[in-house]
Order: sequence, then structure tokens, then C-alpha cells
Amino acid sequence: MKLGKIFRTAWEGLMLNKVRSFLTTLGVIIGVASVIVMLAVSAGAEAAIADQINALGANLIIVSPMRGVPGASRTLLLDDAYAIAEQVVGITGISAEQNPAPQNIRAGGVTLESIALVGTTADFPSVRDYAVAEGRYFTADEDERKAKLVVLGAGIAADLFGEESALGQTITVGTTKLTVIGVMEPKGIVSDVDYDGRIYLPINLVLQKYMPSSMLRTASVRTIYLKAESQEQIPSIIAQTTALLAERHDVDAAKPDFTVQTQQDIIATQEATTAAFRDLLAWVAGVSLLVGGIGIMNIMLVSVTERTREIGLRMALGARPANVLTQFLIEAVILSLAGGLIGVIVGVGGSYLFGSLGTMRTEIVPLSIPLAFGAAAAVGIFFGYYPATQAAKLDPIEALRRE
Amino acid sequence: MSDYLIEITGMKKVYGEGEAAVYALDGVDVQVARGEFVAIMGPSGSGKSTLMNIVGCLDRPTEGKYVLDGRDVSQMSKNELAKVRNEKLGFIFQSFNLLPRLSALANVMLPMLYTAEDVSDEEAEARAIAALTSVGLEKRLHHRPNQLSGGQQQRVAIARALVNHPPLILADEPTGNLDSKSSVEIMDILHNLHKSGVTIVMVTHEPDIAAHAERIICVKDGRILSDGRDGHSPCLDHKVLAG
Repeated sequence: MKLGKIFRTAWEGLMLNKVRSFLTTLGVIIGVASVIVMLAVSAGAEAAIADQINALGANLIIVSPMRGVPGASRTLLLDDAYAIAEQVVGITGISAEQNPAPQNIRAGGVTLESIALVGTTADFPSVRDYAVAEGRYFTADEDERKAKLVVLGAGIAADLFGEESALGQTITVGTTKLTVIGVMEPKGIVSDVDYDGRIYLPINLVLQKYMPSSMLRTASVRTIYLKAESQEQIPSIIAQTTALLAERHDVDAAKPDFTVQTQQDIIATQEATTAAFRDLLAWVAGVSLLVGGIGIMNIMLVSVTERTREIGLRMALGARPANVLTQFLIEAVILSLAGGLIGVIVGVGGSYLFGSLGTMRTEIVPLSIPLAFGAAAAVGIFFGYYPATQAAKLDPIEALRRE
Repeated sequence: MSDYLIEITGMKKVYGEGEAAVYALDGVDVQVARGEFVAIMGPSGSGKSTLMNIVGCLDRPTEGKYVLDGRDVSQMSKNELAKVRNEKLGFIFQSFNLLPRLSALANVMLPMLYTAEDVSDEEAEARAIAALTSVGLEKRLHHRPNQLSGGQQQRVAIARALVNHPPLILADEPTGNLDSKSSVEIMDILHNLHKSGVTIVMVTHEPDIAAHAERIICVKDGRILSDGRDGHSPCLDHKVLAG
């Protein structure tokens, strides 16, 4: 018996109950779709992490206030940053950053509402691998003098001045007039931060003009980035920084009010979050494929019972047990592969949908499609085998007698 | 080659074991020559169905020998028996056993799905059309069973039995579900087949149908009670049929 003929016979069998055949495939559809979405989410998360490493710059150490410790957000000071810069060995630069409340900015007739401000120290471009495209960044001296200078994100410069050069222009940020001395290179949105839609100011200016007065007294910062000379220096830098800050904050180094992390630490946290989602989908996929397989087995058993007479007749006409087995096995595999096909379509569509919702980045993994098909076929063969053997084992005399 | 198409010697079929053993066939010897038209009769429980199942290679005897067309089939495996059924036998059932979703043509093509050598679609269709034409259904090729009368359905079944050109046709109560007019048609077709040289073994309990055969074998209690060509048989006696 040729495979083509077996397929045709199996297909005719399935078309006897079109609705039932479709419903039977639902479990496989959900399972396969889950596999594809799961892998798309994983790939998307990996891509997002790669982007983030790119965005932050390499060999970066990040110091921030310890979350969940009351008052800790005010204990990390700009002076801590200066102390680190002076005393810690093995760093090429530091960038302390503070993010005040967004401000409206005006230039000429144009007003942009609620624009994010970032106060930084002078090393910001080199530490964060984020270059100035036009003009220059402010110097450490200008920062200390609280010079009224500003560097614009590429998007803000375009919004305010269009084709015109922004350099030398005066803009009003909140109530303060600032002179534009530079425009950053375009960077886009990375890890939910729109680098082009922000403006960059000397941190001392920010602390004086834009922070609540309670914060002004302490001159606290949100994050201090340290750039290590090399990968090998990182453990030593972490140790030195932890010891220095513990001493300055007068806390036990084992129970600090700050954290010193590398990018790998931060990435590990993010990976844990996406891994949880991925694991959930893996469970959904596994359970759906299992339930889908059992559904197929169940329907195939019903089908064998309903068609007992047909099986008996085919045997009388010369069908060997193996022919009957193959026919029913192929029916199960067609069911599961049809489910697989619809599942791939739903999975690819679902991945795009997830991605476009913006909560999660997804990237469809091409390999996941044959993988999902393989899983579906395996389910069909595994769960179709038992009903098929039941059909092949029938005694033709008994089967022909059945009503 | 032997003159006999069917040679059965010392055949026993036992169900159960020891004390509970039931002898459905208890020592049957019978030969059927090529080209014969034989009716098997007998009351229910006589063993005639068991005999037919074994002759039809659907079942194997417990003891004894069955040589069909020169080959001993009594100890063959299921796969070998399937091949024998496909090549040597054509079945006609009381209830037709057509697949309701398939056209007459597709039903007749079924046996060629299982032939050892691969029959092309075109050849299979040509052979099926020829078989349906031989039973007068050339204008009903694409009708489904439920669009055909009982007599026409049985003719489709006969075409299906003939399509692989088997030497032996087994008919189990072929007119049992038919009115008398259709019965006559079916028996005419069987007669013509017989004339063309096909061997026919038919089970029936209707004396007037059995009268079409040249030879009547009467089975009772697992043995052959009589085997004659003179048109007389104890099985034609209603007392015997009643058991």
C-alpha cells in the first residue's frame, strides 16, 4: 500500500466528523502555539539584554541605594561619588546621575511638556559609551560651578530646533534659562529608556535647581556608574567600593544601605523574571500537548469503536493488521499535524501580538517552527499508537458481526 | 494443479478447553472442484458459519487441513491469510457491507488498496468500472450506497468481490436482506458467474435459493449430514432446519 493512498484513506476517515476532528486538535494547537510564543519571549528577552549591555557600556559597575531600606535613597551622596573617584583603584571614570521630576522646556515658540532631565557628572559620555554628536559635553569644572548649560538628546534637539543648529541657543527648563552646548548622538529607546527624549544637565545644577529642598541639603544621587579599566579589575573595584561606602555611611558592610552590582547581576535579575514567564509557558505547552494527545487518543478510540465494521470489512478484503494500524496511526498524525499547523499560525500571531503590546519583547525563533511540528507529530504517533493497535487487533469475524 | 479448489480433511474447530470444550466442527471432510456452485445449509448452531469463516480464511481450524487452490492455508499467519483473502476470495455478505461515505466506484476499488503489487489509480478505476459494468451498474458509478436500492447495493458488493478476479466467491445469505425480485436478479448474476467458471460457495437457509446450486451440503452438529447433487437434501426438510 502506497503512503499516498494511506493518507487519502485516513483523510476520508477524518472528514467523516469535521467538527469533531477540529475540536480534537485544539489541545495540540494551544501546545504548539505556546512553544512558539515561549521561545519568542526567551529570544526577545535575550535580545533586550544584549541591547542593554550595549546601552550601558561595557565593564560597568553600578552603585545604587539599597531598595526597601527606609531613608536609603538619601544616603548615597554626590560626595560618595567623588570619594570613589579619588580612592578606588582600577577605574577610568565615574558618572553620578540624578533624575529629578520632568519639566516643561521652551525654546522660541516651541514648548515640550514633561521632559525627563538627567543630572550627570562630566564623565557621563565616556562611562556610558554614549557620545556627543555635535558640540561638547560640560566639563567637571562647569559642573562644579553649576554652570547653566545643557546637552540635548537627539530627539529633543530636532523637536525644538528642527534643521537649525541647537548649539548656542537658549532654552528655558522649568523656570531657568540654559545654554545648549551639545547634542547627543541618536540612541533610541533601550530598556524602556528613551535616550533621545531626555536632556542632560550638570548634576550640581540639577541638585540645586530641580530637586526638592529636602534632597538639596544632602545632595543625594540616584546611581553612580563606575567604569572599570578591565574585566579583571571588577571584583577588586566592588570590594574597594563596598568598603569605602560602608565606612562613609557608617554601616556594616554585610548589611549595607547601598548595592554594588555589575551588569551581569542586573541581567540575572531580569533573566529570572523572563525565565518565570518562560517556565510558565513551557508548562502550558507541555500540559496542552499532553491533554491534546490524550484528546486525540480518546477520539481515535471512539473512532475505532464506531468503525469496527469497516475495519472488519477491510480485513476481509485483504487489509493486513499492519495496514489497519497504519491507517489509524496516520489519522492521529494528520490530526496532530493539522493542530501543529494551526498552532504555528496562532503562535506566530500571538508572538507579534505580545511584542506589540509593549510589555515584553518577542522575537520569533525560526527553529521553533520545525520543533513545534516535530512535537506535534510525536504527540500524534505516541497517543495514536494505542488506538491503532486496538483497531489492528480486531478479529474480522467479530468486527463484521458488530452493528 | 489439483482439480479441487477446496480440499478439507479432518477439520475440527474447538472452542473452550477440557470439560467446557465445544466442537463447532467435529471432523469435516469436503472437496469442492473448480467451477462448482455449492450451497451450504444447516440449522443455526450447526457449524456452517464456522465452516464458512474457515473457508473464507477469516479463521483457522483447531485441527485438520485446508488446502485452497493448491496451498495449505490452515496454519498460515494473519498476514498470509490477509493476502489469500485479497487474491483468492471474494466475499458477498447478507448486509452488503458497503462503506456509506464512498461511491459505488470507490467501494469496488477498496480491495485493490490492499493488493501486493501496487495497482495504479487509473488501472484500479478501469477494473472497478469493468466489474460494475459486468453487474449492470455502469450508470451508477458515482452513487453512494444510500442512493441505491438493496438489489443494486448487493450488485456493487458482487462487483467488489469480483474486482481482483478471485477463483472463489463466498456468499453468505446473499439474498437475506432482499425482496424476491432483487433476489432473482442476484441469483441470475451468480449463475452467470458460475457459467463463466468461477467457483461459488453460498450459505443460505432458503430452499429455493439453495435450489440454484448444483450441489447442496447439509451441515448439522459440526458434521456433514449429507452432500448431494440430486437436488434433495435433508436440510431442505423443515424439521431438520428447525434443529
